[in-house]
Amino acid sequence: MTARIVITSKNREFQRKIDELSGQVCTLCDQCGTCTGSCPMAFEMDTTPSNMIRMVQLGQEEVLDKKTLWICASCYTCTVRCPRGLDPSKIAEALRQIKLRQAIDHIDIHKIPKNEIDILPQIALVAAFRKFTG
Amino acid sequence: MTKIPYFPGCTLKTKARNFEKSALASTGLLGIELTELPRWNCCGAVYPLTSDDLMQCVASVGNLIRVQEMNQTGMVSNEYRLVVLCSMCLNVLKRSHKRMIEQNEQLKKINEFMYLEKEPYKGNVTVVHLLELLKEHGFEKIRDAVKKPLSGLRVSPYYGCALLRPREVGIDDPENPKIQEELLSTLGATVVDNPLKLRCCGSYQTVRDKQLVINLAYDILSRAQDAGAEAISTSCPLCSFNIDNRQKEIIKNHSEFKPLPVFYFTQLMTVAFGLSQEHCGFEQNHIDPQQLLKDKGVL
Repeated sequence: MTARIVITSKNREFQRKIDELSGQVCTLCDQCGTCTGSCPMAFEMDTTPSNMIRMVQLGQEEVLDKKTLWICASCYTCTVRCPRGLDPSKIAEALRQIKLRQAIDHIDIHKIPKNEIDILPQIALVAAFRKFTG
Repeated sequence: MTKIPYFPGCTLKTKARNFEKSALASTGLLGIELTELPRWNCCGAVYPLTSDDLMQCVASVGNLIRVQEMNQTGMVSNEYRLVVLCSMCLNVLKRSHKRMIEQNEQLKKINEFMYLEKEPYKGNVTVVHLLELLKEHGFEKIRDAVKKPLSGLRVSPYYGCALLRPREVGIDDPENPKIQEELLSTLGATVVDNPLKLRCCGSYQTVRDKQLVINLAYDILSRAQDAGAEAISTSCPLCSFNIDNRQKEIIKNHSEFKPLPVFYFTQLMTVAFGLSQEHCGFEQNHIDPQQLLKDKGVL
């Protein structure tokens, strides 16, 4: 079966926006899959890091609905290994920021259980609020 | 005593006082006086990764300006190194500094924004991790300070992410670090290699999805145990929470799992230097390591 993907000006605009926010040239990715093979979180994701970048290359805004963006913990394993010198963690951050800047938070602070707040270190809470809230 | 500016960060004053206490005691013995920054603020814990998010660098740059002030007020003498203990603070402060010196426009903008500071950031601070400082001090000299070698203690170093990656801010080879191994051998411990020593512990995901972190921590710890480790050493309060405190959840999921003590590397230094136990702060370690140390005859 052949699938035909048409890239419209809307798709191009989305890809340009992610390039600008992430400071990366996403079209440099040649889909080798090193990021996916290195990612310690890939087993939890609903699309692989390399496929996330492919969707950005094609300007597919549906990528914003993937859990992958939020499961990435910015551990930079992909960053040190990408043979094209790309930083996939910055691409994931750009995608998260698109959501967060529309005031769509990914976690509800009020729902963090009290017993967890008591034991969680400050560093975890500060980092999570920066990554998951706008 | 050499006085060097020191940034503690949020968690070292609260949930990881054991890290700070043991670091101050052990470096003090080596003749290094870590001098706390006046009016420091939280670094933000994670570095902003988008190109336009300059605002999140304000907190870091404020801390770097404090180092300049310490030199002007005579708290330290011509000492522009800033020592950090926490891996995540290292990552954020070092990257913010790097961004400021590489992007002049952004430095100008942030200084204009922070015009209430007595002086602008001049880009002359070098952020160093305590492990780097110890290496520079010389492992041979550290060996001379060891009173109770950690003989027979099988420790597996754990690095995680922020201490090594990305490459331009890491303190050692991001794929094959040796710095913790070198320190642990200097202290007399037996170093046990864990194939997952560079694997992310899940970091702040511990807030969003506890189970995810429990699974990652289980993998990291059980691989270390398979390799023969009796304890882990780390330099990050968030890694420490995830691989130490989360063990109580691991035990619920895996009945065969045997708890594994997790040390800050500075606690092991404090023990090896024969300093009083009060400097170790073991009451804040979730898995109590004291019996293990007694068994080895070092406590």
